[in-house]
Amino acid sequence: MRRLPLSGIHLVLRRLLQLVGVVVGIATVNFFLLRFAPGDAVQVIASEAGSASLEYVEALRRQFGLDQPLWWQYLNYMSGLARFDLGYSFRHSMPVATLILDRLPATLLLMTTSVLLAVFAGGLLGILAAYRPGKWQDVLISVLALLCFATPLFLIGLALVVGFSVWLDWLPVGGMFDIAVQAQGWARVLDVARHLILPALTLALFYMAVYVRLMRASVMEVRRQDYVRTAISRGNGPVRVLLVHVLRNAALPLVTMLGVQMGSIIGGAVVVETVFSWPGLGRLSFDALVQRELTLLVGVLLCSSILVVLVNWLVDFTYAVLDPRIRSSRS
Amino acid sequence: MTLVVTTREAKERRKLRLSPRLRQMLRSPSALIGWGLLLVVLVMAAGADLFYPEDPLAMVAEPFLRPGADPAFLLGTDMMGRDIAAGIVHGARASLLIALMATLVALVLGIALGLAGGFHGGAIDAATVRLTEFFQTVPPFLFTLTIIAVIQPNLWTIALAIGLTSWPGLARLVRAETLRLRHGEMVQASIALGAGDWRIITRDILPNAMAPILVSTSLMVATAILTESALAFMGLGDPNVASWGNMVGSGREVLRTDWYIAALPGAAILLTVLALNLLGDGLADALDPRSRQ
Repeated sequence: MRRLPLSGIHLVLRRLLQLVGVVVGIATVNFFLLRFAPGDAVQVIASEAGSASLEYVEALRRQFGLDQPLWWQYLNYMSGLARFDLGYSFRHSMPVATLILDRLPATLLLMTTSVLLAVFAGGLLGILAAYRPGKWQDVLISVLALLCFATPLFLIGLALVVGFSVWLDWLPVGGMFDIAVQAQGWARVLDVARHLILPALTLALFYMAVYVRLMRASVMEVRRQDYVRTAISRGNGPVRVLLVHVLRNAALPLVTMLGVQMGSIIGGAVVVETVFSWPGLGRLSFDALVQRELTLLVGVLLCSSILVVLVNWLVDFTYAVLDPRIRSSRS
Repeated sequence: MTLVVTTREAKERRKLRLSPRLRQMLRSPSALIGWGLLLVVLVMAAGADLFYPEDPLAMVAEPFLRPGADPAFLLGTDMMGRDIAAGIVHGARASLLIALMATLVALVLGIALGLAGGFHGGAIDAATVRLTEFFQTVPPFLFTLTIIAVIQPNLWTIALAIGLTSWPGLARLVRAETLRLRHGEMVQASIALGAGDWRIITRDILPNAMAPILVSTSLMVATAILTESALAFMGLGDPNVASWGNMVGSGREVLRTDWYIAALPGAAILLTVLALNLLGDGLADALDPRSRQ
């Protein structure tokens, strides 16, 4: 397949080229989206200022370079990107790049927690179902997975809010910290963790359903292999067979799926952050949407695409660690 | 001459082989439930004007009528006094229409690009693979959202934007199937008989790739419904159309006291997506020889 044995330098160069390709591609798409949007940045600013004279608008246009030919504007936009200049957000009075870097940690925290939860819980349930095919455990787990797979994320989120925040009053409705308390140190970590539970669970449940189904199929497939029968006949206990022989190979499709789904997980995070007012990139893009700040919106699109590429590097690396065939072909 | 007859026979046999599969698919309990649920939604969408001839966005009764409180409004009314049942029935139409159109766009793009790359190979293949990888890297939901934010939401632009971002998976699938079949004996035989590219694609490759395409189509419709509802929930739906996502989004404001306003249209989304997933599962099971024991 694509995962050919390549030398180290070659591999790094290929990866970098891929990243540059994605950035240039998205930047081009972004440039034209911004150009074709009804009303350019100048009109937005002019309408913000209330009444604007024709001369003022013309002066603004010159200042932003909007009177230049299209190709020149494009080159300008690209050279700005090369200096990581993604434009300026007038609503937040901050460069877009700074704003995004500010919000990135919250989104990363949410996504990492959710993915870990989804992979471990989903993997575990999938193994359980695969070891009891057709029994009630399998049926229960499969039905639950099917339901979670069909429920829109925002509905799971709202249901959890109604259940755990409104009725039981155990967990906060949204946000990342308790503004009234202003906790410090460990109390702050605990505070964030309490706020993290519901959004992370919401995002995790959908992907957990995916991993349950995948892991179940994968473990059942691997358990049928000859080498597993050999391992059992050599007198290895069931736990050892599972951990050493089955899991390692059954986990490979899971890792692949994680890389493929990264883009979709970011989309999920946008919805979840909107439901829970989680102050990350998703919430930022929702605000940008409401306030019609397209520069900010396309900036988030660019940065999240870069994030997808980076995570896929990580996935490839994990793959190489897990799959002995790839390791041996490289050494 | 004999060769011609045998290939035709082989093709006849292939056609026959699909029918027991279809029969088995119809017998599988999950597929049956899926068909049943989907039929209900289709009837709702088709007969929306018949069941509820009045505008679903019009105020018809007092607001916050609980489900079952008034037999004239079975599922109650929302905070604006709109009939929830009418909204759900009309919403079925909008959701299905958008999802089907989006899937159609994705089918055309995915099949065309997958075929082009897999069949011709070389530079065309390299280009389509790059394009597919690019579209797989950009987060699809965020991409759709940005496109719609730029070109104002209505039924058509939403469908187009969803379709435009959901074809890469299908393109990869079609490319892989095309590559597999392209170098198989059947296509070689057709080439030997002097068949042209178009004939090979329409007679040999597409019919044989149909099964996995069908499975992934049912999943694509389900994903499109989820995407549309999430967009509408975030306020990017067509404001002039009753849609399930719109209803959940506006019901969210009164979640604390009247959760049913958001929950009922939410349940409609869940059941429709569930039906399509069950259908896809049943189809995949019936087509996978390993699961037939």
